[in-house]
Amino acid sequence: MLELKKVSRLFGGLQALHQVDMRVPEGRIVGLIGPNGAGKTTLINNISGLDHPTSGTIHFEGREIHNLPPHRITGLGIARTYQNIRLFGEMTVLENLLISQHGRGRATVFDSLVFTPRFRAEERRLKNVALQLLERFQLGGMAHLLAGNLPYGDQRRLEMARALATGPKLLLLDEPTAGMNPIETEQLGQQILRLRDEQLTVLVIEHDMSLIHQVCDEIYVLNFGQIIAHGAPDVIKHNPQVIEAYLGQEEDTELESERERS
Amino acid sequence: MDLLRSIGITEIVFQLMLVNAILGLSIYLTLYTGMFSLANAGFMAIGAYVGVVLTQNYDLPLWAALIGGMIAAGIVAVPIGLPVLRLRDIYLAIATIGFGEVVRILILNFDTLASSISGESVQLTRGALGITGIPKITETWQLLLFLVVTVYILVRLHRSRFGRAMAAIRQDEQAAATMGINVVYIKNTVFIFSAILAASAGVLKAHLTRTISPGDYGFDQVVNILAFAVLGGTSTWLGPIVGGFVLTALPEILREFKQYRGIVNGVILLVVIVYLPGGLVNINGWKRLWRRIRGQPSVIERIQQNTRSG
Repeated sequence: MLELKKVSRLFGGLQALHQVDMRVPEGRIVGLIGPNGAGKTTLINNISGLDHPTSGTIHFEGREIHNLPPHRITGLGIARTYQNIRLFGEMTVLENLLISQHGRGRATVFDSLVFTPRFRAEERRLKNVALQLLERFQLGGMAHLLAGNLPYGDQRRLEMARALATGPKLLLLDEPTAGMNPIETEQLGQQILRLRDEQLTVLVIEHDMSLIHQVCDEIYVLNFGQIIAHGAPDVIKHNPQVIEAYLGQEEDTELESERERS
Repeated sequence: MDLLRSIGITEIVFQLMLVNAILGLSIYLTLYTGMFSLANAGFMAIGAYVGVVLTQNYDLPLWAALIGGMIAAGIVAVPIGLPVLRLRDIYLAIATIGFGEVVRILILNFDTLASSISGESVQLTRGALGITGIPKITETWQLLLFLVVTVYILVRLHRSRFGRAMAAIRQDEQAAATMGINVVYIKNTVFIFSAILAASAGVLKAHLTRTISPGDYGFDQVVNILAFAVLGGTSTWLGPIVGGFVLTALPEILREFKQYRGIVNGVILLVVIVYLPGGLVNINGWKRLWRRIRGQPSVIERIQQNTRSG
């Protein structure tokens, strides 16, 4: 479904990504792990069009997408969440979900001016989709609260609901459990598994190994911008290179992630 | 009406209040979309000159001049917006101020330039002296109608897909883009709308003040327009209207202060900006001010006190 071939990204002299090859098959949950600074978020940015590779190609359902602007990529069916929650904080929860359905609407300003049937039908449809998503992510009673005033865990779930409202085929999750407790993480894992059962493909960046093992069918390990291992979760767990790069330095990475959060 | 007149608000002042409200709305559109554009005075100049040439040299009625001025500004806005709107914040502000200056200087030298190209004497914009003797044909009801229609369009805009996208871009442009919003398209369209609105105010005002000259559309005018929006507040469409009203009426109301008028005017503005940073039309700002006056600590102060004592 998604295929990256020799994707490289240079920031000046810094090689953020180096010859990354990666495949995300349809209907699977693929994990992407690696220490902080490995280039995980750069990779997601390149897939979602916020950044473009220096060289290499990215194909989605056979189409070349690495030079498209972000809204076109979203339109093709790739949605993403952000590691450091980027909701529209001054808007209500409902409005956040209406905005992310922008590309699915057709009504123009003129339709709104004269209240055409098309405008009313579309607003009703978008609102219904939004309310269903709120229900699903346990945000039912919060439709009219400001997104910026929600508790942290709710913001995380809203961020995911908002990505789903764009109507994606592929969902990119950038550290969806950052700052969550183990129970919340477990619940989120259930949500992700349910998405797969509904034919959605998921690429998830994670630090939390329990989530990775709970949901992922296969894992890619990124270190210093290069893929150093790829395989099933159990295989990866015992790969000596991975242990050295990632699991073996747990104390360091914890420190780093603390710093990143602050 | 007599009451208004007794405090200095005559018909012409009221008409200018309405014009300035429209100008405030024109900059509100771009600010609401997160664009710090100061091109409004330039577009106002384009509207005014095109409109006046249409009524004076071609004997067209005001409504035709209004449409002509709006179309002209809209057409100019397209090639300006595409490159300039890639810039952000203060850089966008400077680039758009530059645009305004270019327009002003072009109008200033238009006759000389056109004469030297065509080989015969052209007298259209009349250089620094400007055009005088324009008939005063803009009427209060026309201004009111125009403002009401504009507000209706704005209200409906905010409730539409397009309007939601505008607000999303202001809050987080990248997130908006990955939610499927074509940021470049929305920004450019809003820029064009803003230009058209500024131009309409230019046409209407030119047929009120009876004279126009390039100096009317310089940096001073940009700052005035920005002040309407900032003083009134940009959280709703009501803010720039109130801002335009207050800033136009205040100097007239303060006539009693004679030569100290400017000082009193400035002090009042300063007090508003300091104590109501969100503008006059901002409920939270008034609440905060009310708490301060009554001496109640704000939430943050209460927390600070609790942590100190506990």
